[in-house]
Amino acid sequence: MSWDAIVVGGGHNGLTCAAYLAKAGRKVLVLERRHVLGGAAVSEELHPGFTYSVCSYVVSLLRPWVIRELELPRFGLEIIPLEAAFSPYPDGRALCRWADPERTRREIAAFSQRDAEVYPEFGKKMSQLARFVQPMVDAPAPRPTSLDPRALFEMLGTARRYRDLDPDLRAGLLKLMTASAVDLLDEWFESDQLKAPMAVSGIIGTFLGVRSPGTAYVLLHHYMGEIDGAYRAWGFSKGGTGKVSEAIAAAARHFGAEIRTEAAVERIDVRGGEARAVVLENGDELTARTIVSALDPHRTFLGLVGAEHLPADFAAGVRRFKMRGSSGKVNLAVDRLPEFSARPGAGPHLRGDIAISPSIEYLERAYDDAKYGSFSKRPYLNVVIPSLVDPSVAPPGKHVVSCFVQYAPYHIAGGAARWPEHREALGDAVVDTLAEYCPGFKESILHRQVLTPWDLEQQFGLTEGNIFHGELSLEQLAFQRPVAGWAHYKTPLRRLWMCASGTHPGGGLMGAPGALAARAILRADLGTALRTAARRPHRGSAP
Amino acid sequence: MPIPTPFHARTSALCTSLAWKEWAGYHAVRSYDTYPEREYFAFRHAAGLLDVTPLYKYDLRGPDAGRLLAYVTVKDVTQMKPGRVTYLCWCDADGKVLDDGTITRWDDAHYRLTSADPSFAWLARHARGFDVEIEDVSEKLGALALQGPSSRAVLVDVAGAEVAGLRFFGAQHAHIAGVPVDVTRTGYTGDLGYEVWTPAEHALAVWDALAEAGRPYGLQPAGLDALDMTRIEAGFILGGVDYTSARRALIEDQKSSPYEIGLGWCVQLEREPFLGQAALRREARAGSRHALVGLDIDWDALRALFDEKGLPPLVLAHAWRASIPVYLGAVQVGYATSGSWSPTLKKNLALATLEAAHAAPGTELAIEWTVEHRRRTVGATVAERPFFDPERKRK
Repeated sequence: MSWDAIVVGGGHNGLTCAAYLAKAGRKVLVLERRHVLGGAAVSEELHPGFTYSVCSYVVSLLRPWVIRELELPRFGLEIIPLEAAFSPYPDGRALCRWADPERTRREIAAFSQRDAEVYPEFGKKMSQLARFVQPMVDAPAPRPTSLDPRALFEMLGTARRYRDLDPDLRAGLLKLMTASAVDLLDEWFESDQLKAPMAVSGIIGTFLGVRSPGTAYVLLHHYMGEIDGAYRAWGFSKGGTGKVSEAIAAAARHFGAEIRTEAAVERIDVRGGEARAVVLENGDELTARTIVSALDPHRTFLGLVGAEHLPADFAAGVRRFKMRGSSGKVNLAVDRLPEFSARPGAGPHLRGDIAISPSIEYLERAYDDAKYGSFSKRPYLNVVIPSLVDPSVAPPGKHVVSCFVQYAPYHIAGGAARWPEHREALGDAVVDTLAEYCPGFKESILHRQVLTPWDLEQQFGLTEGNIFHGELSLEQLAFQRPVAGWAHYKTPLRRLWMCASGTHPGGGLMGAPGALAARAILRADLGTALRTAARRPHRGSAP
Repeated sequence: MPIPTPFHARTSALCTSLAWKEWAGYHAVRSYDTYPEREYFAFRHAAGLLDVTPLYKYDLRGPDAGRLLAYVTVKDVTQMKPGRVTYLCWCDADGKVLDDGTITRWDDAHYRLTSADPSFAWLARHARGFDVEIEDVSEKLGALALQGPSSRAVLVDVAGAEVAGLRFFGAQHAHIAGVPVDVTRTGYTGDLGYEVWTPAEHALAVWDALAEAGRPYGLQPAGLDALDMTRIEAGFILGGVDYTSARRALIEDQKSSPYEIGLGWCVQLEREPFLGQAALRREARAGSRHALVGLDIDWDALRALFDEKGLPPLVLAHAWRASIPVYLGAVQVGYATSGSWSPTLKKNLALATLEAAHAAPGTELAIEWTVEHRRRTVGATVAERPFFDPERKRK
């Protein structure tokens, strides 16, 4: 049996790519190693009655055009917006930012009246810049090194939009591309209590500090999130993040794709520079006209393919592509709502994301630990309690607490394989940190799952535990993702393509790499078909 | 000046936005917080508790109660079983719609009618010769809509397991906090949900019990703005917005038949005489001039219009009510009367009245849309209603 396309990996991008290919009439097979679909966008009931969004836990960047084109709401996608961004401080004070601008202004004014008034100006500017950058996220990467007329034409479009930007915004954009998150925020704000929770957006998933150059740009990605036309909006997927993957899978099946779980691929068979077949761990060999990898570049090329089948400079480029995961995840089942001493009660401040990021110095110290090979004793935490707005993920009155934790470097002292020895210590550091703000929190815990970068690699196939299939730092984005000259989903091997977060526009629950890869594959198919047709001798008109 | 409902002590303490509106002479909460978002999502993912006391409520008792209602409405309600509710409309003698609402049959000789407009005089006028007693219980009963996927769990918690089996459009007597209440599995959100009818003097005890039981289920107090979004998703029309009552119409053109507002399905023509029967028979034979439909407005086209101006696409955070022209080419073939962005379906929806010839589902039309002060048009496709119809609603 042979397919038009086999997609290796049933993560959300692999499924998206498969759905688009199937929608275009291709016969598609998706192979997923695990028993559940979704890769890092997965929900699992690990404690009876409690559904964890095991890895990825909020939705924002999922492209609205992907949602519409695949009709995801029809297949079960439901997104509930986060209401607030709450940050408690050790001195007992707290700051909460809301959708309501006046309420936010009053909250910030408690720390700095100046900041309170500047805050909306900053938001406006970032949103304008996000609007400039957004078309680049929704289209294939620019090709600044190419003199191909189409590449030049595409860049001309960007240049025109750049020209139309207000000079002030142009300066802002250049600043953003080069500055650190803290440098940028220092230009605008004076209060540490506001800057610290804002700065962390620049470092999520990277092995950089908030003072590392280039981190300002990543802040912008957080203003690009969009729900219903509202920028900067984040949401929970009802039933956990896995429901996003399930909806995409349902769409793919609806369009005719076949999806197999527990079908681990051992290698991609390459002969004469051409990807011929995928070989499963059980020995089955499946052939297809096109093979698409939804695994990260390391796994795809150094794992399934093997460097020996690749041009040396490409293989070297893949090796240099920085993975180095820096974060972990702690999922908790609790028997009551956490109560923050800085703002007691079950108020709406808990219905969004909660940042334990009390000062820039705190973040720098957390980074210091990581630089020298240990996890942060007092890490940055991004905490959400999805069960507050989506009661379906926990029994009545009980809750799920999801803690994203940074820094937890993959390369821990003694080697990554030492992580299992440190796993519970990382879990304790997270719980202890949170308990400093929520007295009695420890006693409320019914179940705890700790995922170190090592676990992310072992369980979810994320090389070095990098949640984005490769760091989202400027030098690894756009035309350099994953390797310069190979940023358009094509690989040096004929018939082999890539479609996941290691390609443009990168990581996050976006669906864009999968969708753009499918478009590139379909366009290449069309090109081949046209060339074949042109070569075929003319035999008169069809009957 | 509007007056408070029996739940006012609770609703006013919670309504931090002070966003109220007048509804049938009562103070009604539009949205408890600045934005209705939380309340909307509670209806769809947890449960919302909404004060619907301002509905008019009439008890009809006596051997002829059913016959009277069958005569004045478009349905033969004498065929209903006790413990059932039905949704319907009623017309004047010309077959033009006066109002829409529900009728519950509590027992053989006891029915309850709810309506948007006062209906006592009209019922009394037609009751001559029928053995029936009509009681206006509008102010005697407080009413709460408990709507959303968690609503059954909350209700069972306060009213006991016997309400768990209540079927879609079923009615049952129950006790909440020791108060005898009536429960119907009805609502205006198009979701799993109930309405609870309580003696006004015990209204607060019932509210408190529901609010307390609802806490672990994510229950939120909800206002009319969130309700409006959900009823558009459900494709439900609203009297006074999507159609004009024949009683209030100033000219003939403002009146509509049930067929013209999408309520043809509840008209039972072949039976004993009823108000408007002859006119409705004629219309059923000859066809109607208008049809009320759902519209799915092309989001990409709308986005492109905003893009031209360098703006992000802007949608209101709540539903809208206005008369907006709908075109086929350059010709106006109808008008939208209300609409909303649907956060659940990710669609821009509207309800519209169209010339019947252009009302088939799938018909591609265009709707006027004002972008940055300029009137433009975007594509809109006639869509089946309800737009949103979850399985749990009936299950």
